[in-house]
Amino acid sequence: MLVSILINGLVSGGVYAILAIGFSLIFGVAKILNMAHTAFYMTTAFLIIAATRFLDLPLPVTAVISIFVTGMLGVICYKLCFDRVKVHETAVMIISVAVAMLFEETLLLTFGAQYQRVPPFVDGFFEIGGVRVLNQHFFTAGASIITLIGVWLLLSKTKLGKAIRAVDQDQEIANVMGIDVSKTSMQVMGISVILAGVAGAVTAPSIMVNPLMWVNPLVIVLSAVVLGGLGSIKGSAIAAFILGYAETLVVFLVPDGSFLRGAVSLTAMVLVLLVRPEGLFGIAFEEERL
Amino acid sequence: MWFRKSVLVIPSRVIALIFGITLLFFPLITADEGLLRIITLAAIFSLYAASWDTLTGFTGQLSLGHALFFGVAAYASALLDLHLELSVWLTIPIGSFVGAFVGLIVGLPALRLRGLYLGLVTLAFPIILSGIIFFFTDVTGGEAGLYGLSRLAEDKINGYYIVMAIVMCSIFILYKFTDAGSRILRTGLLLRAIREDEMTARASGIDTIKYKLLAFGMSGFFAGIAGGLYAHYIRVAGPSTLELIFSIQVVLWTIFGGMGTIYGPVAGVFILYPLMEVIRFFPHGEEIRFILFSLILIFSLLFMPEGLTVWVRDKIETECTRCKVINMATRRTCRACRAPMYLTKDENRSQGKEET
Repeated sequence: MLVSILINGLVSGGVYAILAIGFSLIFGVAKILNMAHTAFYMTTAFLIIAATRFLDLPLPVTAVISIFVTGMLGVICYKLCFDRVKVHETAVMIISVAVAMLFEETLLLTFGAQYQRVPPFVDGFFEIGGVRVLNQHFFTAGASIITLIGVWLLLSKTKLGKAIRAVDQDQEIANVMGIDVSKTSMQVMGISVILAGVAGAVTAPSIMVNPLMWVNPLVIVLSAVVLGGLGSIKGSAIAAFILGYAETLVVFLVPDGSFLRGAVSLTAMVLVLLVRPEGLFGIAFEEERL
Repeated sequence: MWFRKSVLVIPSRVIALIFGITLLFFPLITADEGLLRIITLAAIFSLYAASWDTLTGFTGQLSLGHALFFGVAAYASALLDLHLELSVWLTIPIGSFVGAFVGLIVGLPALRLRGLYLGLVTLAFPIILSGIIFFFTDVTGGEAGLYGLSRLAEDKINGYYIVMAIVMCSIFILYKFTDAGSRILRTGLLLRAIREDEMTARASGIDTIKYKLLAFGMSGFFAGIAGGLYAHYIRVAGPSTLELIFSIQVVLWTIFGGMGTIYGPVAGVFILYPLMEVIRFFPHGEEIRFILFSLILIFSLLFMPEGLTVWVRDKIETECTRCKVINMATRRTCRACRAPMYLTKDENRSQGKEET
């Protein structure tokens, strides 16, 4: 029991963390509340299905191709829609909802509403303390942790990362310092969507893929980002792990608790926000400027 | 006299008047039950959208979980109707007071949170509640909901007029409540002040806590009326009234129509909702209607980011820069102070340039 809670929490927490980091990156840099973020996650899973079915390529290759195609889609959406109405914050949010609905309905038309399966990247399982753990789960957890470390390295060690952090802190000053803000925003959109794609690719084999699967992760990602403090990337990753574990605990400990899964993590978020309105790692000063 | 001076000379008011009269005579034009049903539901949803606009568009308190008020009132009316067998004229008001009460409860955290944080906290409440509803299926009916509620009126046409009368009165009250130029109520001005800058509003002696709670209560109350009417009209109160998409839908309608105007959400609902229902009757309509819906939204927002009604209003009306009186766009001189209007037009144009 304990081992399975630990492993499952790590798996779902890791995936939520990748999603939440991408979401908070694009929010911080371009001030876009991208409700279509998890729609990109879903698109990657479907692209993998389509590629394995029609192209007959090995699975890792299709996964990489799908992630890049999703990244391209994200940048195209950014150029065609988000970038043009950037001044009106609510309009950006609504356009992203509309984009997500467009993806959902297009996938419904092409694939139908039934659940689909993606073959696992690695087969088999092994036992820890009498509990069977699928190798696929280890792969997912490992891949998410490697991705998280990769993002951290990108942000802290490279020149692009420095530019991203600068635009995140203050757009105008970054512009004065010679950073091309609109180019950086586009690059961040690409990175954020590719992160969503990675999350979609590594979880696709262990979940049921269907065109409505973007809604639940979106709620969790939103609450993780707020719980961690808007704009704090470290905070949203940690909050994603907290919510992942909370969800797993409910599923394992409460009989018939899967209905309450979303409710419990959201209650946790509401309680934390009432005690600390700026989130776990947010700065109160930042809240004023929103 | 009043009518000629303040309604007939302003194009948008003429449009609103014609629209209202058309709605009142609609059952005489067609007796088709399907069409009547679509228009009635559109009226109910327009009240729901207007209540969202009061809270978010005017007061600036982002609510992404407005379905909470609608759903709670629908469930409250349904429970009162089924268990206590009260008349419709009691269940809907009590249901809306429950909605207002829930609004006040949700408003309490709003005193500490703002912006996106508030939006996400409000988004959480209906999802938490629907989790609870699925958990206690014997009281709430679970997935199927509570069904078999009593009708608003035995006759379809009477039902239509009851809904129309209640909705029109409520929307008029909301319009007056949020009208910044009103001479009777100051609330419109105060709510706008809170939206623009809460700190400054408080510094100028406005009790922001009181007015924010008032906005939450009013918004919850009118969303509750819509919820109660909806439950009695379709005779089911189900968990679909609490779904995330239902909270988002109201945001889509309002922003399409134009936020921060009461007529915007009404126009948005009366355009988008019937359109979506009519598409169903075409071949393949059922499959493509949401694709069409999202494409309409994307394109309308790309060209009219402030909403349809605001865009149309700016085309057909100009405000005289000298005396702030609204004029028809075709006039060459202001109707009050006789200042030539081309001055105004040039000024508007140059202001537009500076913004872009």
